[in-house]
Amino acid sequence: MSSAMIDLFLRSLWETVLMTGASGVISFVFGLPLGLALVVTDRGGISENLWLNRILGAIVNGFRSVPFIILLVALIPVTRLIAGTSIGTWAAIVPLSIAATPYYARIAEVSLREVDPGLIEAVRAMGGSRWTIVQEVLVPEAMPGIVAGFTVTLVTLVGASAMAGAIGAGGLGDLAIRYGYQRFETTVMVAVVAVLIVMVCALQWVGDRLVQRLDRRSA
Amino acid sequence: MISRHKKDDTMSQHMRTLAADERRSGSAGPIARLVDVRRHFGQTAALDGVSLEVGKGEIVGIIGRSGAGKSTLIRCLNGLERPDSGEVHIEGREISGLGEKQLQPLRRRIGMIFQHFNLLSAKTVEENVALPLKIEGVAKSERLRRAAELLDLVGLAGKARAYPAALSGGQKQRVGIARALAARPALLLSDEATSALDPETTRSILTLLRDINRQLGLTIILITHEMEVVHSIADRVAVLDAGRIVEEGAVWKVFADPQSEVARSLLQGIRPQLPEEIAARLSPARGPEAVLRVDLAGEAALEPLLADLAATTGAFRFIHGGISRVQGHPVGTLFLGVPAGEPDLSRTVQFLAGRGARVEVLGHVVGND
Repeated sequence: MSSAMIDLFLRSLWETVLMTGASGVISFVFGLPLGLALVVTDRGGISENLWLNRILGAIVNGFRSVPFIILLVALIPVTRLIAGTSIGTWAAIVPLSIAATPYYARIAEVSLREVDPGLIEAVRAMGGSRWTIVQEVLVPEAMPGIVAGFTVTLVTLVGASAMAGAIGAGGLGDLAIRYGYQRFETTVMVAVVAVLIVMVCALQWVGDRLVQRLDRRSA
Repeated sequence: MISRHKKDDTMSQHMRTLAADERRSGSAGPIARLVDVRRHFGQTAALDGVSLEVGKGEIVGIIGRSGAGKSTLIRCLNGLERPDSGEVHIEGREISGLGEKQLQPLRRRIGMIFQHFNLLSAKTVEENVALPLKIEGVAKSERLRRAAELLDLVGLAGKARAYPAALSGGQKQRVGIARALAARPALLLSDEATSALDPETTRSILTLLRDINRQLGLTIILITHEMEVVHSIADRVAVLDAGRIVEEGAVWKVFADPQSEVARSLLQGIRPQLPEEIAARLSPARGPEAVLRVDLAGEAALEPLLADLAATTGAFRFIHGGISRVQGHPVGTLFLGVPAGEPDLSRTVQFLAGRGARVEVLGHVVGND
């Protein structure tokens, strides 16, 4: 590969890392509370509110059912409003975050639902408020699942960011399509795939180790 | 020695708090009082008009088969369940109409332990014990100091930094007890606390509860389906069946003379029973030998009854039975084989009844041993 190619490669790598990282953080910050809201407002939840639960559920399902490539284009006005532009890496972070938030919310929801209701009852019985239950029971007890789910979300984002090339966001996926596929530069294609594999493996490894350290449920 | 000192210290602090509470409330009225409490789930009545009073320092056992309404009953006492109708008074205050927010400070006066311990797996033992104090807003150093005292009290001083998953069932329940005591409650609710434990661990947990009751004067209400539990620590027992209290009284009296079918059936495992091979050969038709069940309690069980019986009516056969002590009262059941011919049988029954025993002719033995 030429040095110009290597520069392009490194820039693409950085774009992928940026897109994945930024939209990952944003989807965590909004997705975890959304997942919590889905759990606590459900029937028998600590803050039961079935109407709110149905509305939130419908919004999440709505976003999740639209294919990402369509969402990417459909959200252009929103992107322009938030990022000030509709093209480039930063612009791609908006639709990526909006797609990943409900995705992560559902994953977090599953872990939060698995928390033993007996633990919630125990903290209620000692005079704990709903907020105490969220802080001391739901989130800490579900933490291994919350982290494992976040790892899954990040890996999914690495893949989804490849589509963001459609709005000029760059990234490794875009590089592979434009150079590797359209210009038949097999070396670039192979290099991109190799780097993506390493990246995903590294993410998964770090995620798994973290879960292992957090999980106190067995001796 | 140091740990012993600490323990005494904890105890005396508890005593002072409890004494202060008594002055504040200014009465020796019941800690908990239920009046005609009803609770339905759909068509089924979990509680169908339950009234019960529990005095300060008492250990009251509520026993019943599964589905009898025990769990609902104990949860009405700290507002985890809300009755459809009726009154629940805790330390003189009616709580069944209170909202979740108003119940929170009240629940801090009531500790609770659970069948499956319900310890938070992500927190260490000391963090679990200190959690009620964290909820109360006690400073961290003070909470950990108190947690250490309590762990000492329940005999787990070395496990403060361990996670619950590393503990045995009995140790987990000790942590549960320490946690329930952290906020210095006036009342401890025990929800089948020993049902998931083996018999030996059950005994040690019950002994711990009894000690805590005696040393701290803590009132304990426990629900269980095991008569053994009631037998070992309760002062009073209420038998719950299909949402109603069908029998209530001092444990030894219910043991000696159970009135309800449920109580009799729950007692089966713990009271002497007629050996099966003899029961199988019993017939209502007259035979050479009648089998009597003789229930004795109190004074009647202390007298040389069998010797006197032999002197009065002649030979008989002692089949099975014994006398045990419940709350210091002798309670016994004897199965006797006596000559079935008249007037021998009537004389025997009259003699025993005259000595304060309850006698029942179970049947006649047909065939030989």
